[in-house]
Amino acid sequence: MASHLLDIEHLSTYFYTEEGTVKAVDDVSLQVRKGETVCIVGESGCGKSITAMSVMGLIQGPSGKVVSGKIDLEGTDLLKLNRNERRVIRGKEIGMIFQEPMSSLNPVLTIGQQIMEPLIEHLRMSKKEARKRAIELIEQVGISRAEQIANSYPHELSGGMLQRIMIAIAISCEPKLLIADEPTTALDVTIQAQILDILRNFREETGMSILLITHDLGVVAEMADYVIVMYSGKVVEEGEVTELFANPRHPYTQGLLKAKPILNQRQDELYSIPGQVPNPLDLTESCYFHDRCEHCLEICKVQAPELQELGTEQKVACWLYEKEATARV
Amino acid sequence: MSAVSGNLASGGAKTPVKAPVAKSSLWRQSIRRLMRNKLAVSGFVTVVFMILLCFIGPLFSPYSGNHNNLAMMNKPPSAQHWLGTDKLGRDILTRVMLAGRISLTVGFASMVLSVFIGSLLGAIAGYYRGVVDQIIMRIADLLLTIPSLPLLFIAGAMLSAWKVPTDYRMYIVMLMLSVVGWPGLARLVRGEMLSLREREYMQATIVLGLRDRRKLFHHLLPNITPLLIVIATLNIGGSILMESVLSFFGLGVIQPTPTWGNMIDAANNLIDFQERPWLWVPPGLCIFITVIAINIFGDGLRDVLDPKHKR
Repeated sequence: MASHLLDIEHLSTYFYTEEGTVKAVDDVSLQVRKGETVCIVGESGCGKSITAMSVMGLIQGPSGKVVSGKIDLEGTDLLKLNRNERRVIRGKEIGMIFQEPMSSLNPVLTIGQQIMEPLIEHLRMSKKEARKRAIELIEQVGISRAEQIANSYPHELSGGMLQRIMIAIAISCEPKLLIADEPTTALDVTIQAQILDILRNFREETGMSILLITHDLGVVAEMADYVIVMYSGKVVEEGEVTELFANPRHPYTQGLLKAKPILNQRQDELYSIPGQVPNPLDLTESCYFHDRCEHCLEICKVQAPELQELGTEQKVACWLYEKEATARV
Repeated sequence: MSAVSGNLASGGAKTPVKAPVAKSSLWRQSIRRLMRNKLAVSGFVTVVFMILLCFIGPLFSPYSGNHNNLAMMNKPPSAQHWLGTDKLGRDILTRVMLAGRISLTVGFASMVLSVFIGSLLGAIAGYYRGVVDQIIMRIADLLLTIPSLPLLFIAGAMLSAWKVPTDYRMYIVMLMLSVVGWPGLARLVRGEMLSLREREYMQATIVLGLRDRRKLFHHLLPNITPLLIVIATLNIGGSILMESVLSFFGLGVIQPTPTWGNMIDAANNLIDFQERPWLWVPPGLCIFITVIAINIFGDGLRDVLDPKHKR
């Protein structure tokens, strides 16, 4: 096994609200190897973004807290670092791209100024060097007239261009890990492919790892080496991308794959998983998916299944695959 | 509205953007819109005229501000003395222009100082919140609860009691005015900061690992620059007025250094008030015209720069 770049162990992030505690991320472990693309998939509210934000240290304030766990980046536990050490890692070792490129750039600063910021901050470049590098970066993400674009303001560019600029900013210091939180969700489909291409090219050139968060299985199929399926703050299944797509084990993953439209195949009605994501406030000791599951067993309602290995490189948290579970029923 | 649609037309990503225009398009647009507001332009022209008059005018005057001429006491306007002379035979016109230097300088300098203190403290309070915010804003509240005029009177009286030399008084008056001027500004800036810091692009700067100093001064402050410009402009008028009030009561800058305020002091004397209007009408008019012009210009600026005040 290749060495792990990012190693998250038993991460739990809770939010304390007036109605009760929300376990947004509950005992999640995942690994990202060097040069690998790992995708986290799941519905809205399943905790995929919170996982990314926990890694970045964006969970702040009185209500949210990383309760337990370890986030190792090349052997240093990010959670044990102080504010300043953490700041240095952000932007330099880990880059991040957000979902909404339009609102992620400061409207009153030019594109060039915003790309220069991390270069000046982390790589201690002079303004002149930073500007030169910024223009190179704009060219690298496939925008012509780089000089001109550097002088323009965010409102003058389209969403697709802004997302490229966001990528340029995120990779400016050549981070080892790039976290992309739904980078293509706000863009139209033709632009999506271009953005993904840029990300893939960069990964190949620099050997960085990508942690891609998405709900789009098409994106997963295109980008991922390894897939992690999350549901209600827990990992329900993970595995190699080809294996997982060919052989989904967890009923939730099966449902997700079934709910995807297939090109050139007319369907009267698209499959949808019945029911809704459970309210994170009143989760009981059970498999959180049990009330939507076609194969629900008795034990599913009273006890949560553990993530267990199934053959090579695939793990699933479901009682259907536990021998003793089937024995008990 | 035409400015907005023009912006959309030139801002499309696929239409070629003219490089030099793109750089300063926001400011250029604002200036163009401001130029369309005739009243604001006339205000601006008046202010510039007053500044030129006060700073260049005395150079062409044959008299000096403190030159006494006992043969020419209290003379009404004439060919030699366009605005007449005062009780020591000093040329009123020259003194009005020299007084304008002081009044405008005090107004401008105390504005710069209070905008600096106010925006710095307001930004820090709004950005860090918590204890820092509490301390700064309670001090500001305290200063706001005490009416500023009595506070300034006390400070002015202390200056007189300690016999502070008249040259220094100008600087101390600047300081006093900015001390009472910053709290309101700090509140405003803090409010803006509280809303700005939650924007997504500020979260993006956290992700970039920028220092707080960079976040505050490179990312947040530029966002409130238009607001600051408007407040600063309106603040100058207020400061000039305040300084005049203080000087009128002999608590600001005192004689023989002339300021518009201490020149109107002549109106305190019944005979001067009734018989010699040339003593106090010119400085009074100067204050009136300057402050009105600055406020009209400031209002015009606000219409252009502050999106919340659009009608």
